[in-house]
Amino acid sequence: MSDIQNKEMRQVYVDNLIKYSKLDRRIVVLEADLMNCIGTGKFRDTFPRRFINCGIAEANMIGVAAGLASCGKVPFCSSFSPFATRRCYDQIAVSVGYTKQNVKIVGTDPGIMAQVNGGTHMSFEDVALMTQVPDMIVVEPCDCVCLDKLFPQILNCDKPMYIRLQRKKTPAIYDDNAKIDLFKANTIVEGSDVTIIACGIMVHRARTAAALLKQQGISARVIALHTYKPLDTETILNACRETGAVVTCENHHLIGGLGSEVAALLMQNDVLIPMTRVGIGDRYGEVGKEAYLAEVMHLTEQDIIEKAKEAVSRKK
Amino acid sequence: METSTIESLYQKADLIRKMCIECIANFGVGHIGGSSSIIELLTALYFKCANIDPQNPNDPNRDRIVLSKGHAAPGLYSALAARGYFDKKLLLTLNQNGTSLPSHADMLKVPGVDFTAGSLGQGISAAVGMALNGKISGKKYRTYAIVGDGESQEGQVWEALMLAGAKRLTRFTVIIDNNKMQIDGTTDEVCKVEPFESKLRAFGFKVYTVDGHNIEEIIETIEKCNRSRMTTAIVLNTIKGKGIKCCEGHYKSHSVSFTPEMLANECTGEVLK
Repeated sequence: MSDIQNKEMRQVYVDNLIKYSKLDRRIVVLEADLMNCIGTGKFRDTFPRRFINCGIAEANMIGVAAGLASCGKVPFCSSFSPFATRRCYDQIAVSVGYTKQNVKIVGTDPGIMAQVNGGTHMSFEDVALMTQVPDMIVVEPCDCVCLDKLFPQILNCDKPMYIRLQRKKTPAIYDDNAKIDLFKANTIVEGSDVTIIACGIMVHRARTAAALLKQQGISARVIALHTYKPLDTETILNACRETGAVVTCENHHLIGGLGSEVAALLMQNDVLIPMTRVGIGDRYGEVGKEAYLAEVMHLTEQDIIEKAKEAVSRKK
Repeated sequence: METSTIESLYQKADLIRKMCIECIANFGVGHIGGSSSIIELLTALYFKCANIDPQNPNDPNRDRIVLSKGHAAPGLYSALAARGYFDKKLLLTLNQNGTSLPSHADMLKVPGVDFTAGSLGQGISAAVGMALNGKISGKKYRTYAIVGDGESQEGQVWEALMLAGAKRLTRFTVIIDNNKMQIDGTTDEVCKVEPFESKLRAFGFKVYTVDGHNIEEIIETIEKCNRSRMTTAIVLNTIKGKGIKCCEGHYKSHSVSFTPEMLANECTGEVLK
């Protein structure tokens, strides 16, 4: 495994912040007392003047970021994903979105990745919320290479952005030389019977599911999608047309997430193929480790396999 | 200050108030109360105290004035038009379909507006961000945040004040428009937020209290703030609806119907002739 894939996601995030801040004086980092969770202490030590810990006050952090952005700074502000989004949603909508301020909001530990912090800390709705903000770009890198390649693109895109981020180590998807474009989804497994579109922690599960499906004679194509908005409609539509069946996989509520967007896209383009969705139902989170939560929320490889088979079986 | 200077500033304030009421009357309804309570403050800032240039509204070194109580936009727009940021005739498009002068202050549409506000409690945070930018970048500009007393019931106001105090933002001044009224009644009746002075002091501010309709006093106090080595606050004791007979001191003046015919009868003599 490469050096970068051996890192934790947060380390890649902070390394990139420091690397690009040496060249780009616009970058400032804002925290709301979770510096020690995301690891930006290293940034603070390197650029003390450009680091602001706002205390446990996320709404104010977003507003302060917007004010900094109005003066030409590019603020990166982070918190756990529910507190970076639903906790301060009106501030994001008005002070960042409506004013078109170039603020990068980083929400960590999305969905079940909040694990033992439990239901209060689980955002199953953050993608739905953030894609609703006009012009907001919504991104979720699936591994360290993906984040590393996306970081300069995120920095140089002058739009408000939500970055849904795992903090810890994550299974490697890409090799170091992978080409990753902010606005393009990647086909990581070729296949012809069914398309599996996955994001975040669901990408490696989809890849495993595709390998198991192959053993059972089903050829599944896997698309790793890192940008929810704007959606790479071309890659999705082509794959769906070519394979004739689709499964979406997301660590997020089924209502208002990736699956809903893909369904609407397919309907609008007369791609009327069998579709199934893997995601979280109309419920709250609970305490548990990732494996347990994936099981109770139906986000496992086995769930993907069953939904893929169902989609394939419904083909005419 | 010379008497002639003060007199001309009062004349300017009268003119701005008249422009504000006229543009609201032209539309038929609007936020008269909270606009008219800050006219003397806006006059002092835009015509005397702030380092601003209407010809260069985006100058990175300009002083920032953030109207966090964004519903007082008609007052702000009138001050900006009077100062030469845009054509006074534009004021008559206030709130008309497709206008570039919306009811709540809009930075993307109106030259001179430093931040969009309207959802209360948010502008002050952006103002703190601007002051922090000055500190980070070694710039000397000052940031003034104009916050409503009713607005201060929003918790975010106190989050922002806490950060401004904690970071010792010496080039930041918060100005509370203490007109003592809000949509549902007096602030005391709805949810008492006073006293401001002791609260602000507890948050690390040097606090001044002034008569918000006395321009000379306002200017002297802003100059004291500018000299201070502390984070500063001004509690501006004002009258909601100041200068308009039917509105003065009435909480219902927050947003009221007003017609051009009412202009002659309803305005107090010294302000609008």
